[in-house]
Amino acid sequence: MISFFFFIIYLGPMVLMMIVLCVQIKCFQEIITIGYSVYHSYDLPWFRTLSWYFLLCVNYFFYGETVTDYFFTLVQREEPLRILSKYHRFISFALYLTGFCMFVLSLVKKHYRLQFYMFGWTHVTLLIVVTQSHLIIHNLFEGMIWFIVPISCVICNDIMAYMFGFFFGKSPKGCCKTWEGFIGGFFSTIVFGIMLSYVMAGYRYFVCPVEFNNDSNSFQVDCEPSELFQLQDYFLPSMLESVTGWTTVRLYPFQIHSIALSSFASIVGPFGGFFASGFKRAFKIKDFANTIPGHGGIMDRFDCQYLMATFVNVYIASFIRGPNPTKVIQQLLALRPDQQLYIFNSLKAHLTEKDLLPALEEAAAA
Amino acid sequence: MTELRKRGGGGADPDSADNISDKEADGDDRLGLAGDAEGECDGDSKADTPDYPLSTADTDNTPECLNKALEGLPPRWKNYWIRGVLSLAMISGFFLIIYMGPIALILVVMSVQIKCFQEIITIGYRVYHSYDLPWFRTLSWYFLICVNYFFYGETVADYFGALVQREEPLQFLARYHRFISFALYLAGFCMFVLSLVKKHYRLQFYMFAWTHVTLLIVVTQSHLVIQNLFEGMIWFIVPISIVICNDIMAYLFGFFFGRTPLIKLSPKKTWEGFIGGFFATVVFGFILAYLLSQFQCFVCPVGFNSESNSFTVECEPSDIFVMQEYTLPTVLQNTLTWKTVNLYPFAIHSIFLSSFGSLIGPFGGFFASGFKRAFKIKDFANTIPGHGGIMDRFDCQYLMATFTHVYIASFVRGPNPSKVLQQLLLLQPEQQLGIFHTLQSHLRDKGILPPAAVQAE
Repeated sequence: MISFFFFIIYLGPMVLMMIVLCVQIKCFQEIITIGYSVYHSYDLPWFRTLSWYFLLCVNYFFYGETVTDYFFTLVQREEPLRILSKYHRFISFALYLTGFCMFVLSLVKKHYRLQFYMFGWTHVTLLIVVTQSHLIIHNLFEGMIWFIVPISCVICNDIMAYMFGFFFGKSPKGCCKTWEGFIGGFFSTIVFGIMLSYVMAGYRYFVCPVEFNNDSNSFQVDCEPSELFQLQDYFLPSMLESVTGWTTVRLYPFQIHSIALSSFASIVGPFGGFFASGFKRAFKIKDFANTIPGHGGIMDRFDCQYLMATFVNVYIASFIRGPNPTKVIQQLLALRPDQQLYIFNSLKAHLTEKDLLPALEEAAAA
Repeated sequence: MTELRKRGGGGADPDSADNISDKEADGDDRLGLAGDAEGECDGDSKADTPDYPLSTADTDNTPECLNKALEGLPPRWKNYWIRGVLSLAMISGFFLIIYMGPIALILVVMSVQIKCFQEIITIGYRVYHSYDLPWFRTLSWYFLICVNYFFYGETVADYFGALVQREEPLQFLARYHRFISFALYLAGFCMFVLSLVKKHYRLQFYMFAWTHVTLLIVVTQSHLVIQNLFEGMIWFIVPISIVICNDIMAYLFGFFFGRTPLIKLSPKKTWEGFIGGFFATVVFGFILAYLLSQFQCFVCPVGFNSESNSFTVECEPSDIFVMQEYTLPTVLQNTLTWKTVNLYPFAIHSIFLSSFGSLIGPFGGFFASGFKRAFKIKDFANTIPGHGGIMDRFDCQYLMATFTHVYIASFVRGPNPSKVLQQLLLLQPEQQLGIFHTLQSHLRDKGILPPAAVQAE
C-alpha cells in the first residue's frame, strides 16, 4: 500500500483527486452497507437509490464550489459552465430538495422508523466522509505537500505506535494500544515529520499551489515558493546552543508547522481510531469490510485520517493562507458600481496611510 | 461482505439489552401496530402508544383562565377555541417582536432554536431510554454551544467588521475564529470518545448521530434565518408569513371544501386545501410584499453604526424595492385595459417565494408527521396548548428559510461589500496594490472615475 501511495503521488494532482473521490465513494458504500445490515433494511429498495442520490448531490455541490474557485477563467469561457456556476447553489439545493421530497413520498406505513434511521445514517455518513474528502482536496490545491505530509504523519504514527507497543508495551504482544506505544509514536512522528518536510520543501513540485493554466489547458505546479518554503536562520535558545555547539540553524518555516501537524496526528488523531473502534464494537462488526486482505476495509485504514484533514484545512485557513487575490477581484467586479467606488476610496485611503501609494497620485486624484 | 459477529467470550454479553431494543423496534414495524392509524385524531387527548410512554398529550398545559372560560363547551369545540386563541396570540406576538427591531428578532430566533433542539433531543432520550447517560446531556448541549459559537462568529465578523477591528480581544477571536471553533468541537469529540461506556456503545453512538442530525437541521436553518434577516427584515417577515398563511389557508380550504386526501402520511390534508392554499398564499404574499416594500425599516439591510454603537436600518433602497413599470402581456392588456402596471420587482420575487412555500414547504410538514409517527409521538412537546411544541409550529419553516437564503444568494444579492473590503485589508501590500490598480482601470473604463490626469500614470 505504501508503494502504491508513492506511485500515485508521482502521477500528479488530477490522479490524486480521482483517487480521493474513489476512496470516498468506497467508504460511503461500506458505512451504508453496515447500516443496511444493522437495520435489516435490505427490503427498502428505494433507500439505496436515495442514499446514492444524496451522495451525488453533495459531491456535485462541493465539486462545483471547488471548480468555481480554482478554474474561474475556464468556467467564464464556456457558456453552459458559466450558467451552472452562477446558479450553482440554487441548482444544488434544488437537487437536494428533490431527494428530500422523494424520501417523504417514499415513506411506507410499516417502516417509518427504519426509513428515518437510514435517512439519519446517510446524512451523518455524508457529513463525516464527504466533507472530509473535500477538505483533503482543498488542502491538495494549496500544494501537494499539504496533502502528503499530514497523511504520512498519520501513517507513520500508526506504524510507530504499533512497533513501540510491540517492543516496549506491557500488554500482550500486538494486542492493544499502550501508553508506551502512544508516547513513542508521538516523538518518532515529530522527528519523521521534520525530516519529511525538510526533504519535500526543496521541490517546487510539492510546494506550489496547483493551478490551471488557461493557455495550455492543463495543470501546472510552477511558482515562486512562498516564504514558508524558504530556508531561514533561526537562533537556537542558549540551552540548545551549549548542547549542540551551533548558534543558528537553517530551517524551513514549514518544518515548524510540521511539528504542529505531527503533534496533532499523534495526540488527537488516535481519537478518530478510537471512535471507529467504538463504532465497530457498538455494531458488533470486526472490520468495516473485507476489501484489503489482512487489513479490513478502506475505512479501517482511513479512520485516523478524518480529523487530520479537517485540522490541516483549518490550520491553513487560520495561520497560513490569506484570502485569494483573484477571488477578491472576482467579487469586486461583481459588485455594483457605487459599492466598487466606495471600496476603491477606502482602499486608496488605506494604502495612502501605509505610504504605499505615491503622493503624486493622491494629489492628482483629489 | 460484512461479518456480524458476536463478541466472543468476555463474560456475559451485556449488549444483548441493546440488541433487544433494536429488535423491538424492528418488530414493531413488522407488526404494523394499530397506533399508526390513530396518529392524527384531533379530539383525542389520550395517547395510543402501547410500547413507549412517549405521549406528551396527556399533560394538559392549558392555562386555568381559558379552561374556566370554555367550561361549558363540548370538548371538540373547546379544542378549536383553544387553538384559535393561541393562534391569535402567536400572531400578535409575531407582530410585537417585529416592532421591537432586529436585535429582539435575533434573540427570539435563538430562543426558538434552543427550544427546538431541546425538544428533539428529549425525544431521542425517550426513544433510547438513555436518561441514565448523564454525560450525554452535557455533550449535546456542549455541541449546540460550539456550533452556535461558530455560526455567530462568522455572522458577527461579517457584519460588524468595524466594531471587531476596534477591540483587541475581538480581533484576536475573529482572526483565529475557525481554529478556535474547531478546537472546541474537537474537545467535545474527544470527550465523547472517552465517555464511551462498555455496555452502552450503541446507545451512545445513536445519541451522537441524533445530536448531529438535529444540529444540522435546526441550527443551520436558524442561522440562515438570521442571515436573511440581516439582508433586510422583509426577507424574514415575508417568508415566515407566507408559510403561516399557507398553513391557515390550507386548513380553512380543507375544512370547507376538503374531500380528496393528499397523502397517506397526513390523512387530514386534502388536495382542495393544498390548491386553495397555494392560490391564496400567492395573492397574500403579493399584497404583503407590496405593502412592506414601501418602508425603509423593512427593506434596508441591517447595518451597525460604529459611531452610535447601535443598529441602523437606513439606506437607499435597492432596485428591487423601487417601483417600476412593467408592460403587461397583450392577453392581460385586453382583459384589464391597462397598458402598464407599477410594481415593485420584489413583488415578483414574492410570487416565487409563495409558490415554494405552498408547494414544497408542506413536505417539511410531512417529514415531521412521518417523524412523529415513526417514533409514536403525538406532538413534539406540550409547550403551546392545543398546538403542541415549538417544533410543531416550525416544521414547515425548515425548507423555507434555506430556500430564501439560496434564492437571495443566487438571484438577488451580490457579494457583501464590507466582507470584500475585509478580505482586501488582509492581503499582502503588493497584492493590495495590484488590486487597486486593476480596480482603478476598471472604474475608469466604466467612466465612474475621472480619466487619469496626464502626470499620474
